[in-house]
Amino acid sequence: MLASVLVANRGEIALRVIRTARRLGIAAIAVYSEADADLPFVSEADDRVLLGPAAPAESYLNGAAILAAARRTGARAVHPGYGFLAENAGFAASVIDAGLTWVGPPPAAIEQMGDKINARNLVERAGVPVSPGSRQAVPDVTAALAEAERIGYPVMIKAAGGGGGIGMSAAADPEQLRAGFGTARSRAERFFGSPAILLEQFLAASRHVEVQILGLADGRVIALGERDCSVQRRHQKVAEETPSPGVGPQLRSAMLAAAVRAGEAVGYRGAGTVEFLVDEPAQRFVFLEMNTRLQVEHPVTELVTGIDLVEQQFRIAAGDQVSFDPASVASRGHAIELRVYAEDPRRFLPSPGTIGEWAEPAGPGVRVDAGYAAGNTVTPFYDPLLAKLCVHGADRDQALDRARSAVTGFVITGLKTNLPFHAELLASAQFASGAYDTSIIDRMRAS
Amino acid sequence: MTEVRAEMVANVWKVVAAAGDTIADGDTLVILESMKMEIPVLAEGAGTVARLAVAEGDVIQEGDLIAVIE
Repeated sequence: MLASVLVANRGEIALRVIRTARRLGIAAIAVYSEADADLPFVSEADDRVLLGPAAPAESYLNGAAILAAARRTGARAVHPGYGFLAENAGFAASVIDAGLTWVGPPPAAIEQMGDKINARNLVERAGVPVSPGSRQAVPDVTAALAEAERIGYPVMIKAAGGGGGIGMSAAADPEQLRAGFGTARSRAERFFGSPAILLEQFLAASRHVEVQILGLADGRVIALGERDCSVQRRHQKVAEETPSPGVGPQLRSAMLAAAVRAGEAVGYRGAGTVEFLVDEPAQRFVFLEMNTRLQVEHPVTELVTGIDLVEQQFRIAAGDQVSFDPASVASRGHAIELRVYAEDPRRFLPSPGTIGEWAEPAGPGVRVDAGYAAGNTVTPFYDPLLAKLCVHGADRDQALDRARSAVTGFVITGLKTNLPFHAELLASAQFASGAYDTSIIDRMRAS
Repeated sequence: MTEVRAEMVANVWKVVAAAGDTIADGDTLVILESMKMEIPVLAEGAGTVARLAVAEGDVIQEGDLIAVIE
């Protein structure tokens, strides 16, 4: 097993990775920005290095500073968490070149899946269904209009190098496409350093369902069930659950097999996620993208399988076997994750501030992955995720009941959070019934 | 005279309007960024930009003055 790991991330995911590392006897080294000096992940690590000022470019995106911190502390491995440098193939390669273990997939797999156009073409060749869409980058508005005619409206405009829902917009007609194309290009350039744009057929009333895969050290790729991530605002996930209420047994086995084929197509190693859009009435699915990293919502899979995914990441990176029998993974019960964001619960606008009181719920089946504690300041420099409130129950009804009590029991004062939204979601007939799709929040806010 | 103030802690990403500009109701004055989200600050009413109190890259606090419209 690895002797030590530098965790190149912040907040809840840094703390979560640090805890598993320490449980396995791996010394955990935190890196942090000036804005995060007081956060729990910094104090819980065995060692810590200040990277620089708050701006991500000067801290968590500063690969050179992170490698220098690894050298200074004698770290033997780097775990990137999610976001920041997790899907940066160049950084992964520089970690490997420095003689360290990269706790993630091969840089070539990151690169191939990071370009969404390439990823679509690649998985299609591997027999994974894709929606009608671009086979190459769309260079300008004229080309976009022609491409949209071919695909058929409505279309989704996306950054080829993008992720996290940023810069995405739907266009129902040529006029909306003209307006959306420029915005998408400038955002793609700004956030992802590449203006390449692709168009895809937009499936209204679809569910967003993803499959957790693990590429094992021996080369096998296995699937660990799906997660339904259809509760979204601004194309970003707010709540997730497994199993998906909209996926039947036949569809599930087809999706799991497709996800394994996508992973095999790029020689995948470690934890990854293959995202699909599901047309529930037709029980059909198309490939959306692959995230070559640990996913924010991985805890729901952990709750139903009893498998610590971060532990498997460490084991695979070290060339060891996983801790369970890959041939007989059983899923038990139902799990839900609610992302607790620092934002107002009505319009979902950011709400940085200083946390007064912080009291987490506890009880059977309740797990909280938190990045903050009482007295911490939530700054505007990073994403608004404060904590992930996760619950596990014997069935969906019990999970829903536990989620409702846990939301009521979570006390955070000093800033606005979306906890009232989660109470509203859990009380809504749509969510309770399980019959919802990616427009559930728009419908809740329209009424 | 109307003072436009920040609704939240944020970074000033782009200053769109300039002092002396004639603006219409709903025009974008500046674009703030907070927690990886762009938040446009819009003019509430037509007029002339008398003063822009922020520059790109500034970190502003809730309640800070962004612009004065006449």
